[in-house]
This record gives sequence, C-alpha cells and structure tokens, in this order.
Amino acid sequence: MRSPRTRGPFLALSLAIVKGFVRDKASVFFALIFPLMFLVLFGGLFGDQTQSKVELVQVGQVALLDEMSDGARGAFDETFDVEESDDLAAALEKVRKGDADVAIEMRGDTIVAHYTQTDQVKAAVTQGALQAFVDGTNVALSGQPPRFSLETERVEDDSLSTIQFVTPGLLGWAVAMSAAFGAAATLQGWRQSKLLRRLQLAPVSTRTVVGARVTVTLLIALVQTAIFIGLGAAAFGLTLTGSWWMSVPLLVVGTLCFMALGLLAGAITTTTEGAVNAANFMVLPMAFLSGSFFPLDAAPQWLQTFSQVLPLRHLNEGMLDVMVRGEGPSAALWPIAVLAGFALVVTLVAARLFRWETT
Amino acid sequence: MAAIEVVDLSMTYGDLRAVDAVSLEVAEGEFVGILGPNGAGKTTLLEMVEGLREPDSGRATVLGMPVWPRNAGLLPRIGVQLQASAFFERLTAREQLHTFAALYAVPVREADDWLERVGLVEKADTRVEDLSGGQAQRLSIACALVHDPELVFLDEPTAALDPQARRNLWDLLSGLNDSGRTVVLTTHYMDEAEVLCDRVAIMDAGAILRFDTPDALIRGLDAPTRILLADGEVLTTRDPAQEIARLADEHRLDGIRVQTGTLEDVFLDLTGREYRA
Repeated sequence: MRSPRTRGPFLALSLAIVKGFVRDKASVFFALIFPLMFLVLFGGLFGDQTQSKVELVQVGQVALLDEMSDGARGAFDETFDVEESDDLAAALEKVRKGDADVAIEMRGDTIVAHYTQTDQVKAAVTQGALQAFVDGTNVALSGQPPRFSLETERVEDDSLSTIQFVTPGLLGWAVAMSAAFGAAATLQGWRQSKLLRRLQLAPVSTRTVVGARVTVTLLIALVQTAIFIGLGAAAFGLTLTGSWWMSVPLLVVGTLCFMALGLLAGAITTTTEGAVNAANFMVLPMAFLSGSFFPLDAAPQWLQTFSQVLPLRHLNEGMLDVMVRGEGPSAALWPIAVLAGFALVVTLVAARLFRWETT
Repeated sequence: MAAIEVVDLSMTYGDLRAVDAVSLEVAEGEFVGILGPNGAGKTTLLEMVEGLREPDSGRATVLGMPVWPRNAGLLPRIGVQLQASAFFERLTAREQLHTFAALYAVPVREADDWLERVGLVEKADTRVEDLSGGQAQRLSIACALVHDPELVFLDEPTAALDPQARRNLWDLLSGLNDSGRTVVLTTHYMDEAEVLCDRVAIMDAGAILRFDTPDALIRGLDAPTRILLADGEVLTTRDPAQEIARLADEHRLDGIRVQTGTLEDVFLDLTGREYRA
C-alpha cells in the first residue's frame, strides 16, 4: 500500500509543525530575534564600558596646558576635551548646567578647578587626572628622574566580562521561553481547532504526535544555540571553555522541562492568548530571579536561596559552568538531574490536568 | 452486517442527560441524516459512535468492532469531519491534505486528486487561514475522505456553503454513497436531508423521536395539501386530485403551486417551535 511517494506520519507531522513555526512571524521573533536583541544590548552597550572624555573649559592662559610637552599633551587629550574661553562666569555656568565637567583657571601659580559633584565618578576622575598632570609637570620641571613608576595590568580574566556572563544566561532564557510558548500555544491551538480530536481519530499514536512536537522544539533550541554562540563569538569576543558541548544535553533537558511548563500553562487555561500569557508569567519573572539577565551574586541571601527552586536557575548555573567558567563535563550533571526531575513532575501534573476540549 | 450498531447509549453532563438511552442501527451502504435543534445531543451521540467519548452506559459497534477503547484497527476505515477549523496552523490547502494523507499512508498524488474533487485546485497554495468559510469546509471534508474510508461521519458539512457549493457537495456525497460507502451526517437543512438521506433520525432532548425514510415521515404527519393559485388564493384540501381536476375545468391551472407536508413540518411538529440554545 505504501508507495515511495508516501511520507511517514512522524516526518509529515514534524514538517507541518516546522512550517507552522517558520511562517508565524511573532513566534520566530520571540524565539530568535528578541533574545538576540538582548544579547546585542548587553554585549554591545555594556560590554565596552569606557568613560566618555571629560569636558574641560580652559579660562584664559593656563601655563600647565600651554607648557606641556607633546607627549604629555597627547595623554591629556585622551582624557580631556579642551575648550578655550575668556569668560569665567560663563564657564562656571556651563559646568553648573552640566554642559561641561570642569573649568580651570590660573591664580598665580595655582590652578583652580571648578567642578560639579553631580557625576561623582567623573568628578573623581577629573580631580585625580588633573592632580596627576600637575604632579607630572612639577617632576618634569625639577629636572630629577622620577623615583617610582607604575605599570597597569588588566585582571579581567578572573571575573567574567559582560559577554561571557550574559550569553549562557540569555541563551537559557531564550530556549526556555520558546519551549514553553511553543508547547502552550500548540496544545491550546490544536485543542480549540479540534485538531487534537481529529488526530485522535487518525491511526497515529500519541507518542508520534508528541515526539514530532518535541523534536521540532529541540531543533529550534539547537538553532538558537548556534546563532547565539556564533554571534557572541563573531561580534562580541565570546570565548567558550573546554566542555561547552555539555550545554547541548543541558539545553535538551531544559527544553523538555519548559515544554512541560508550557503544557501546564496550556492545561490550566482556555484560550491561546491565555496560555501564552500564563507561560510568559512563569518564564519572565523566573528569568530575572534566576540570573538570566544579571548575576545573583549581589542579590540578598533569601533570593539566592529561593532561586534554587527555579529550574531556570539550574539551567543558567550549568550553562555558565560548562560554557565560560571552564568547569569539567561533570559540572552539568547535577543541573541535568534537577531539570529532568522538574520535567517529570510537571509533566505528570500537566497530564492530570489535561483535557481534550476547552468546554 | 450493520455498519453501525448502537444499543442503549447514554451520556450525562452534570444534571443534563445529553444522550438518553439511544439505540440505532445503520445498514452498510445507507445514507443517514441526524436532524435536531441545537443542544439536542447530535454531536455527543456522534462523538460516542466515532469513539471520541466513553459512554456512561450502553455500547456502540462500528463495522463489527467496538469503538471504545480507541481501536487503531478501525480508524483507517472511518472518515470523520469534525468542524471546518480542525487544521494545522499556517499550512496551505495542499500541505494540509498531504499531512493528513501521510497519517493514513496515502500517496501524495492520490491526495492531490481531492483538491479537484472539492474544487480547490486554484486555492491549493492558499493558507487555511485565508480560505473562505465554504472553502475551509470543503477542505475539511477532503481531509476526512482522503484515505477513502468505508464509513463517513460529517458534522454539518454544508454549513457556511453557498448554494452552488452546497449542490456540488451533494453530488460528491451521493457519489460516495453510490459507490457503496455508508454516510452519516448531521444537518440543519431539511431539503438536504430530504434529497440525500435514505433515512432520517429526528433527535431532541437526547432521544431519537423518529427514525424513518423522509417519505414515511412526511406521510406520517398527515398534513393537508395546500394549493397556491396565481391570483394569490390559497386552497387547503385533503383531496388534492379532486381539487386540481376542478381547477382544470375552470381553466385556472396556470401558475399554480402544490405544497404537501415537508420534512420541515415534521421537524417542527416533533420538536416544537420555541427557541433553542
């Protein structure tokens, strides 16, 4: 009876679900584009935290600046944006309004710096830098070689730079979100259109139908992972550590766990909008409380303790350990076990609440 | 062997007896219609016979096999159209048919033939969300028939169809029935039941009130014949032959219309005229 022009039910169902996903612009946006926007935001904007230059108004002649050697002047211009003026009152007004950060004038041999405390970091940078230049010029004028010198070295590899921290967390959140939304929307949509009933009357097993849906969600999760890691590495200098490949089994159980939550959302609601909202209500606060967007190190102890009951916290921790903290493969085992346990319990609850129809 | 055998089937929702000890037998090759007001229990009865719901009591046998619990051996032999929207989201008409065909291991080429049979060739690449009500209805019927089932259940198949599409579908359904398949449908259209069905079951409040041929039902009503004359006069008579002979003598036959009882009269007589849910 089967000819070569026949597709197996599993393949046909998977294909139908993939097409339904790809053609739904909102789903694609929330699964792929939306999380990437966060990655670009965190990785691009917060990743490179250089201070903007200090706006300096030079009032009248200032010997320090005018007598500076070319090398020193170059270093000075790295830090300060100099504007010349003859009107002290106008310069002070500028500083007060925030249009400039500091105004300097000469009173005899003293340089007077007028600054504002509005931006305390900048005020400190300004005072420190000006003091350094005054001292440096004094030393140069004395003709003696300086006795002490300073070298600086970055220590950033000890603590994670922004992109290293946000990629695993945002990826975990993206996968969790699309798994939960996909499961919730499919269950509700198919139930409302009576497609669930229709499939019940077709000679395909529940296993085949559920298997197709899970397979497609796992494929989407893998595509998300590839895009995240690819973009993070190419554009923001993400460096993966040794056992990053353990993130794949982590994401697989994570996907199952959040599909189960999506099924639960679909089971307790009666409309597709309601199901998606319920899924959102579970996943979004969980993302904040699980450290997907910012580290929980600074959070109060009770929150850190509470976050241990959230599956996303374990997914995030596992992902950070294997992707960027350089932990061995075994670091993922405990999170995988916890997520699998969540998946099992939530699936059982969702199965108990399952109804074929909304009425 | 009977295509459908239903014995004492009952289903209760809370206080409501949706289906109340219904017994019914449909012969192989028969075309049966189930008529009833909204909330009469037609859909619940059908869903129990299809094997979608477990009855509270009684039993249903289809093609010689019990329908509950779900019987995978029976499913390829029956075709079910539930409602027009039971589709995969965002697939085109053709993809929809191909997907259902794959569930029944039907070759793609045979599935494509159905596009022509329900007049959707030009809409083959249109997504289901963009089909009109009637087009979606025809597609859902094609999806129910794509595996060439012996027994077909159709829930209000001609709802939302325009008169042309309705007649075309009648031809399609008569054709199915002529080739020996058993067809069971629910409908609100009395003319449809009268034209298509070998037997009609009239259902209300969970029970089947009558189950007979349309002719026998109308005869049983024993309604007088009404003769409408061209000048607007209406004659009501129990002896139409004599009355028409008299009109012929008076040369008043031009433009007259003769109305006997219809299935609609039977339906209203049995189920009353008050509004339903």
